[in-house]
Amino acid sequence: MAVVRRRSASPQAPRYTRADVEALSGSLGEPSWLLERRLEAWEHYQRTPMPFMEEEWRRTDYRHIRWDEADRLIRANGATAADEPGRNIEPLTGDEQGGRLVIVDGKVAQFELADRLVKQGVIFTDLGTAVREHEELVRAHLLTRAVTPADGKFAALHTALWDAGVFVYVPRNTVAELPLHAVCFNTATGAAFGHVLVVLEDNAQATMQVEYASRQSDKQSAYIGATELIVGAAGNLRYVSLQDWNRETFEFSHQRGVVGRDAQLDWVNGVMGSRLTKAFIEVDAVGPRANARVSGFFFADRDQFFDLDTQQNHNAPLTNTDLLFKGAARDNARTLWQGMIKSLPQMQQIDGYQVCRNLMLSDEARMDSIPGLEIEADDVACSHAATFGTLEQEPIYYLMSRGISRPQAQLMIIEGFFDELLQRVPFERVRQRLVEEIKAKIIG
Amino acid sequence: MAATLEIRNLHASVDGDESLILRGVDLTVKEGEIHALMGPNGSGKSTLANVLMGNPAYEVQAGAVLLDDADVLEMEPDERSRAGLFLAFQYPVAIPGVTVANFLRHAINARMKAEDPESKGISIPKFARMMRQKMTQLHIDHNFAGRYLNEGFSGGEKKRAEVLQMAVLEPRIAVLDETDSGLDIDALRIVADGVNSLTGPSMGALVITHYQRMLNYIKPDFVHVMYDGRLVESGGPELAHELEEKGYEWIREKHEAMTQALV
Repeated sequence: MAVVRRRSASPQAPRYTRADVEALSGSLGEPSWLLERRLEAWEHYQRTPMPFMEEEWRRTDYRHIRWDEADRLIRANGATAADEPGRNIEPLTGDEQGGRLVIVDGKVAQFELADRLVKQGVIFTDLGTAVREHEELVRAHLLTRAVTPADGKFAALHTALWDAGVFVYVPRNTVAELPLHAVCFNTATGAAFGHVLVVLEDNAQATMQVEYASRQSDKQSAYIGATELIVGAAGNLRYVSLQDWNRETFEFSHQRGVVGRDAQLDWVNGVMGSRLTKAFIEVDAVGPRANARVSGFFFADRDQFFDLDTQQNHNAPLTNTDLLFKGAARDNARTLWQGMIKSLPQMQQIDGYQVCRNLMLSDEARMDSIPGLEIEADDVACSHAATFGTLEQEPIYYLMSRGISRPQAQLMIIEGFFDELLQRVPFERVRQRLVEEIKAKIIG
Repeated sequence: MAATLEIRNLHASVDGDESLILRGVDLTVKEGEIHALMGPNGSGKSTLANVLMGNPAYEVQAGAVLLDDADVLEMEPDERSRAGLFLAFQYPVAIPGVTVANFLRHAINARMKAEDPESKGISIPKFARMMRQKMTQLHIDHNFAGRYLNEGFSGGEKKRAEVLQMAVLEPRIAVLDETDSGLDIDALRIVADGVNSLTGPSMGALVITHYQRMLNYIKPDFVHVMYDGRLVESGGPELAHELEEKGYEWIREKHEAMTQALV
């Protein structure tokens, strides 16, 4: 007989207070506008209940988080870039390096930026430094244009308590050819409030990869993060985000791209780590002919739970968004993709597409996909799809008939399933590494 | 020693269904020989091909298959392949995300590693050279190697890909399951040329075909006719011509008359 679990007890909240916000801002020596913004967000956070039975949360039970472990603010404890296992900080390409910023336990552990980019006026630095050195730019963009405290309880908490991050700024008409690479690695357990803010002015171009990882631990951690990608008119941003938190991390993140007139955003999001991930991944196409391609791959094993909540907002006519997510689940893992394409009224000639393809590798795994459309215009081309498959006997037999062993055949088919998405990562050695990570998940 | 595939009294059914499709097949194919297997639709030709390769959708009920005295039926499909057996599929399945080149390199490496667990496999330059040579030989555009295996391939491309795999893997006994079906005359000629250039002293072939047409290009040493799960006629190339003239109806009549007489 099925056991009906009643979700009666609402989730516990972390134990932060207003004093934590003031202390953080004070310790960073922040300007008053920033403290005010944090406190305003704190008020919003206080007024908002812990999310629980709302539509976008009701399938995601995170009540097994132990805030007495997970809410302790991570403090730098002397760990350096050498404490990162090396995998994530390996250069993206064998060619000339653009920029690399390694943040360990919230503190800058390594930083390089090519002269060529500096001369072009490209800013690539940690967010704390950016507040001091580029105050007006940060003030104009941080947590106001893309992610805002109104996005939810965790967005408000993040705005109040963000403590580390990356800031990228590419001036008008500037092509930053060399890729930027940021790595956020935690050796300590507890709460991290990382932030990425990327601003491309009109007609600017950049390519960037951000990686999140942490040392294995049996203590719980929380990542309450935000990513903001703001692409000005005719700009072009290629952005790759790879998440591989340890297996006791709970991620609650808000990520949003804002794409201007004639601009392009090509965004790849990989989710491999964490115990539970609840990520809101949204694009706002805000100018005519804005074009966003959002790609996601995920692979959940053991007791992992991924809930990826995507939204494509067509806030201007003639906009185009194309979303493809592909995921696999094995063991007792659970994944959920909830997608939505929205338009403001009368946004004609928009083209929105979303599809999630699921590969189920065990009978105990569960994968759900819930696509949705809310379009308030009639001259549109919007569609969505979700597919579910398992490893089929026929292709395995076909590969085996050429001398390939059964385990190798299964591996090839699963890798093949992800290949289409991995090809969207613009760095060959990163693709190779991701293939290895997928392989490790398959072999278990 | 020349490789010999020996099929003895083979009975088989679809997995989970007891009614027999193969009802006692006896056939021996030796290296250097080309055997044509003909017969009406539903006579069991494709079942025989798949049972030989170890398709898990079929179940052997009785009989034996030996390759140089080794028990083929005890082997997994990959072991059969590494032992020298090859099947050109009638309906090759698409494998998204796996390129033809990547797939064949894995197949070669699997062979090398089975022989020598220490083997590091074929070097990339050597493999690339070999692929180019085989593709040229089979009139296959070189960009074929970078395409996902059978995905979006036309019928003709799929069959050429099968022959390319055969050329690369150099089996000792190859079974070609209706490799001619769905091919126009030019594609048929290219595929047949490929088969002809590969068969020879070091490879034997069992060419399964519904139509005599294929046998204008591939000259068999022996022709067999399958009906109702058994080989009911065997002969030389002239048998194929007889079938072309008379169709399969006389086989049916003759066979059913014999069955009647037995009853």
